[in-house]
Order: sequence, then structure tokens, then C-alpha cells
Amino acid sequence: MAQLTLTRKLAILSDAAKYDASCASSGSERRNAKATGGIGSTAPGSGICHSYAPDGRCISLLKILLTNFCVYDCVYCVNRSSSNVARARFSVEEVVKLTLDFYKRNYIEGLFLSSGIIRSPDYTMEEMVRVAKSLREEHGFAGYIHLKIIPNAAPELLRLAGHYADRLSTNIEMPTDEGLSQFAPEKRPGEIRTAMARVKTNWEEGQPEKKARAKPKAFAPAGQSTQMIVGADVSSDTTILGRSAALYAGYRLKRVYYSAFSPIPDASAKLPISRPPLMREHRLYQADWLMRFYGFDVDEIAGTSEAGMLDLDIDPKLAWALKSRGQFPVDVNSADRAMLLRVPGLGTRAVDRILSTRRHHGLRLDDMARLCASLEKVRPFIQTIDWTPGKALDSAHLKARLTPKPAQLSLF
Amino acid sequence: MYRVLVPTLNELKPWRDTVRPLLAAGVAPEAVIWLQEGDPEALFGDALDLPDETRPVRVPPDFIAAAERALCHADPRRFDLLYRLAYRLGDDRGLLSVASDPDIVMLTRLMKAVKRDSHKMKAFVRFRAIDDSNERFAAWFEPDHFTLERTAPFFAERFAGMEWAILTPYRSAFWDRKTLSFGPGAQKRDVPSDDALEDAWRTYFASIFNPARLKVSAMTSEMPRKYWRNLPEAGLIDGMIKTAQAREAEMIASGASQPPSRHLKQAARVVPEAGGPVDRFESLGDAAQAVQGCTRCPLYQNATQAVFGVGPSDASVMMVGEQPGDSEDIAGQPFVGPAGQVFDAALGEVGIDRAKLFITNAVKHFKFVPRGKRRIHQTPKPGEVNACRFWLDQEIALVRPKVIVAMGATAARSLLGPGATIAKMRGAPIPIEDGTIVFVTIHPSYLLRLPDREKAALERDRFVRDLAMIRDHVESAIGASVALDSTTAGP
Repeated sequence: MAQLTLTRKLAILSDAAKYDASCASSGSERRNAKATGGIGSTAPGSGICHSYAPDGRCISLLKILLTNFCVYDCVYCVNRSSSNVARARFSVEEVVKLTLDFYKRNYIEGLFLSSGIIRSPDYTMEEMVRVAKSLREEHGFAGYIHLKIIPNAAPELLRLAGHYADRLSTNIEMPTDEGLSQFAPEKRPGEIRTAMARVKTNWEEGQPEKKARAKPKAFAPAGQSTQMIVGADVSSDTTILGRSAALYAGYRLKRVYYSAFSPIPDASAKLPISRPPLMREHRLYQADWLMRFYGFDVDEIAGTSEAGMLDLDIDPKLAWALKSRGQFPVDVNSADRAMLLRVPGLGTRAVDRILSTRRHHGLRLDDMARLCASLEKVRPFIQTIDWTPGKALDSAHLKARLTPKPAQLSLF
Repeated sequence: MYRVLVPTLNELKPWRDTVRPLLAAGVAPEAVIWLQEGDPEALFGDALDLPDETRPVRVPPDFIAAAERALCHADPRRFDLLYRLAYRLGDDRGLLSVASDPDIVMLTRLMKAVKRDSHKMKAFVRFRAIDDSNERFAAWFEPDHFTLERTAPFFAERFAGMEWAILTPYRSAFWDRKTLSFGPGAQKRDVPSDDALEDAWRTYFASIFNPARLKVSAMTSEMPRKYWRNLPEAGLIDGMIKTAQAREAEMIASGASQPPSRHLKQAARVVPEAGGPVDRFESLGDAAQAVQGCTRCPLYQNATQAVFGVGPSDASVMMVGEQPGDSEDIAGQPFVGPAGQVFDAALGEVGIDRAKLFITNAVKHFKFVPRGKRRIHQTPKPGEVNACRFWLDQEIALVRPKVIVAMGATAARSLLGPGATIAKMRGAPIPIEDGTIVFVTIHPSYLLRLPDREKAALERDRFVRDLAMIRDHVESAIGASVALDSTTAGP
């Protein structure tokens, strides 16, 4: 076989990696290379997106596969063994050099390394660990590293991966176990969850105890995440969210990513012809946010769905409020934080500003106009000193009035 | 009217030194006109003739931090705003937390813009090598605000091991691996016009893009066009957008091809798994492996793994609990969580060696409902217990215990039928058809749920007595031993 140039390999192995939605580089420990005179740091606070592609996705990490050769034949995957996509393999040294060269020019926050399965899960995992080890130990690299975990690789390799990486992830892929055995015959859902359980256990052991003097060895300080493909099988939104809730509860996941299945080159005939609307993915993220930061239960969100599907026209918080009008209007001068967070149009920051301002004076509608992003959205659901929505809240037209007008899609 | 020259663009100290005497003299904000160097009138800035009256000048530390940031905004009205706020803070110490006050709204807006500008600098600076060492770099960047000084330390920490310069129109920053220093503004042509790695970066940018998910506005809202002229990858964007739909249509139209020969060879190597359900296993190991694929009831869907029994394959005594809990589900071992600790302590008290027992559960998968970051235990339904009886039967058939201890109602019902209760059946051996003796007692987790301490202590004593009775029965009626450190054990 003719030798591929490095640029050609990069094209193949980043094309092969782009279906993993995660690009987060935040939430790790504070770290920098100042003491060692090397390079690298983790971003304090939120991560840094160094570029954006026209698909709207942030480019924060060098997201590549070590190789896209794979012995598995997962129907949804561009790299499945039965596909005719071009194949390539990086050496460990090539990935290390590329990461450092990109990093020094401030193109990236670090590396997100995944791989097709070659020879065996252990062999594949070992190669990935070698990359991370070389970056950390030979080059003193202090930037961000995200490693994909091969589910049934040896627990010792998983420990090493967590020792070098900021984040680990293993993808649950499908919303149900049936879906996974149908689409990924070589994968075992139990093995994926067992890998998550091991990451969780190791992560907890890496957390310093309150009184302990010696700090334990940190393990994957930015935690673990996973990804589910949306719309490849028949699973409903409530099934998807139910699975997410179980995963968040069981394994301390930082994030569940939802990836609306989209056409891939040389797609399997077993995939559905029509793709889900990107809006479906967006609504799932919104619902996921409500569960994690706004105190919503998966059942409350499911209660707004029809035949298990979220409303595509309005966001799930507004959908919930319209179905729960008995709980509104909310008096912004007296309601507690939990209830304020349930008002459509109020985010966590607006709620903080309301709570701090109302200690000084009673809130009027013009205060609210300055405290939240859109008064129009909020107004039907709140009460202030000089405002109550009255019968407007019960109006049958309220939903129509609050539904965003479909915008003309523009190419610029 | 006072016409006051502010001798800095964005530094806190000169600004503070300028406004402090005005505040001390109680000069009202409306009475000041702020001039900057370069303003035509700045030459004629008045020598200040301030009233003698002096007021104490005090502002909260939060305001200093806010002013330091807002001063970096390019809006010339920032000096008006900050002086007015400092003046008003003299009477109204809580002003900063009145988020709806128009001055605070504007302060917040300026601070946010400065933060964003600084963040975008961290994101969009692109270094170019200035020689072949791969260790010396320069970048040209055009910030919207005066944010270089507050952002440069970030680069010093991150790129400690290189030498770099960041040039902007109003100022330049330099790092020599030891110290950060600043110089005058510069021009774009002062940095190299290319870098050997930019082709690779453009390749990456083009390849990581998914043409089937075009979302241009999501890109431009985070990476506005104004930054594009200094981003080496941005020249590709228009072309990527134009061809996206055609690329997507082609992917759909071309469909699947014939699998490559590599795939067919590999598929031929795979030996299909032995087909058909098995109803009897040769060993505990085989059964433990098979239970991982169990779909006899829906509980496998969200549990991590099936938790099979653990212990000697010739144990005289089998202990059966209800189902694995959160810890057991994660660890894959029975009775290792809080209930397991209660169980271990009770065993220790009556001198039973856990290693001599076969320990398992009536149901092998954890049943729970998620609540935020926790999983709350749910009692399994009779249908689930019945479905799992298959696995308990396998364990009983392979271990052939003389005594089985049902801990809790679920285990009792699984072994003795739906009418079994702990209250009626505990305290005495119950022979079943095949001659095995069953004992019934509580599940150790019951002790963890009792809120009343006295009652919990009483119940614990009863549980320990039950275990002692079982120990004695095993020794006297069966002639086996489950005792710790026993050398005479064994059938």
C-alpha cells in the first residue's frame, strides 16, 4: 500500500472522528505549565472554542481517531468494517507531534483521541494510553486530554487512561439495549455500563477526602461523558431522556451528548432513509438542561410530550408551563428560587439578579425588562407590583402567541 | 464645570488617582467633563480648583474589581459611568446588587463585553513561527476593547515554554519565558504572513465539518465575521457552505456499496455464539457469564450488570437477599454496600465466616428510579422475582446447600411462595420438598431504615440471634461449620 501523507491521514482520521459531538474542554482541575516551563494549561471557568465550523459546532480539541480501521460493524458508524471509506492509521508519535504543533499555535485546547478497534480492545486502549502518556510525561504537556474508553479493555488500562486524561468517555450509542444489539451486534450494553461504573469508582477514589492530608492521585478530573444517537432507531424522546436520567444518576456523568443521526458516506442500507430534524436534538438538550439545572423530573418533561415526543415548536420549559398554568402567575417579589427557575424565559442568571434586586425594592415590570433577556416571553407567567397577566394566562391563544415564527433559513 | 483629563486608556491606578480628589470634594457627576489624550480639548484640561470640603472616599472592593474591568471597554462614556457609580456608592452602599438600576445595567453590559473580548482573544489568537526552532512565535490580533493587558497573563501561563509576542493596534505583549512585558501598538505586517502548520490546520478544519448539518448562524454568532481576516482557516468557510448541500445529496444518492474483502474475511472468522437458550449450566462460572445476557425481565435495561452469587460452590449455607443495591450494581458483587456492612458486622458478632457462605439475591439486577444524581431502590415486582427464580434455581442446583437463609420478604416469597411473611416464619427451620432447610429472617437493609434507635437496636439483636440459631443448626443438624478460624470445617 502506498504511504499516505500526514495531511491525508489527518483528513481521513478527523473526518472519521466528527460524529462524536463532544468537544468540551472545561471543568477540569486548574493546571498550567508555568512551573515546568513546558506548555499547556486548562481553561479556568468555561472552555475555549478556538474556531467554529459552518455546522455550528465548536472546535476546541484536536478530535481524531488513532485509526479508523475497525473490526466492529456498527450499522450507524462511518468506520464500520463493512464500509468502503478510506482507511488510515496514525503512529503514536504522529499524534503527539500534531497535538503539540497545533497547541503551540493556539489552534486547540488539547486532544480528543478515539479509535476504531483493531486486534483487541486491550491493544487499542494501550495505544491510546501511550499517546496520553507521551504527551504528559515526555513533553510535560499540561493541556486538556479526552480519551475514549474501549468498554471491555482491562480495568488497569482504564486506570492508566484516567491517570493521564482530563475526561474519559464511552458511548452508550443507542437509547435502548435492543437498539444497540440491533445496530451494534458486537457491542454489549452491559459492558458499556460496567466501564462507566469503573470510571465512576476510580473517579470517586481520586476525590480528596475532607480531612485527609494526602491528596489522592487525581483520576479524570473533568469526569466522564457519553453520547446517544437520536433518530436511528424508533426510540421516543421520553425513552431517550429516561435513559439519560438513569445514566446521570448511576455514573456521575458530566454530560450526555445527543447526536441526531445524519447522512454519512457509504451509509448502511439498514439505516432509516429520513433523518430526524436537528430541532429534535436541540429540544433534547434543552430537556436535559432542565433535568440537571432547573430541578425538573424526567416525568414532568415526559408529561408535556405527545406519544413520547417533545414539541418541536416550543421549548420544553414553555411546554411544561403551558400545561401547568395553575402554578402561574409566579410573583417575582416572593417566589422562591426553585419556582422562579420554572418561569419560561428566566435563566439561572436572571433569577440571581431578581433575588438580589428584590432585597432592595419591590420589582415592577420595567425592572423585569432590565433583568431578563426578553420581557415578552416572561410577562404572561409573572406577577409584579404593577402587573398581573389576569385572564391572558388562561387564553387558548397563549401558545400560538409565544411560538416563535419559523424563520426563513438563510445561507447568510 | 470641571474638565478633567484621564491619563490612561484602561489602567485602574491612574484613573483612581484622577477621580479620588473629585470624590473627596463631593463634585457632582453632572459637573465633570471627561477628556482623553488625543481629544482636541484635552490640551486645555483645567487645572482643578476644587472646593475645600473633603468627604471620606470609600467604595466596596467589588466595585474596584468591576471598574478595573469596565475601564477596558472602548466606550468613552465609561469614565462618566464609573465616576457616577463611585459617587452614588457614597450614599448607597448596596447599589451594586440592584441589578435593575440603569447604571448597573450599563456597568454589567460593559463588563460582559470586556470579558467576551478577552475570551475571544484567548480563542482566536493564531501564533505563527518566526523561525525554524518551533519555539518562537508571534501573532497579530485586533481586539474590540483594550483587553491585551488583562489577557496576556493567560498566554504567559499557557505558553510558558515558548517565546511569543502578541501585537495589537494599541499595544503589544511579549513573553521571553520569564517575564511579561508590554510595548507600543504595531501593525499586521510586523508578524509573519504564514506558518508551515496552517495547511494542516485548514485540512483539519475542513474535515471535521459535517456538511449534513449546516448551521451557519450558530457559527457566526460565536465567530463573527470581523475575526475572520486574522483566522487562517476562515478563507475556506464560504466554499464549505456553498458545497455542503451538494455533498449531502451525494451521500444520500450514492447509498451503500459492497463491503470490502477485508470485512468479508473477518466476518468469516467469527464463530457464531452457541445458539438457543440453555436451561441448565455445568458450572457457576458458566451461569455467571450467561446471566449477563439475561433479558427475562426488563430490569437489565438500566442496571449496570447482573450481580450473581458469590461463595464456595460446595457451601452448606446459602444466604439470599432481595436484589443488588446501588453499590452492588456498580461493583458487581453482592452485599458490599451499606446493608452489606450491617450484614458483615452481624456475621462477625456470631463468629460466622462470610467466606464459607454462598451469598446471592432473589433478583440479580438492580431496580431503581433516578432522582437527580442518585438512584432510589425500588422493590422488585412478583413478575420480576419469578423471572429471576430461574437463576436462583441454577445457583441452588449447582451449590446444593443444606440450608438456605431468606433475608427479607422478597427472598422468602421467592423461595416459599407468595404467602410467605417474615413475622410468621422466622425463628424456626422450615423443611422444603427436596429436604433443604429454609430459615427466614429480615433483610439487613431493614435495620438501616428504622428511624427509631431503640427499635433498631432491638431488631438488630433479633437479627443477630437469628444468625446464631442458623449457625448452631448448621453445626448440630448438619455437622458442618460456618465458624471463623475453624479447622474442622467441611462435609
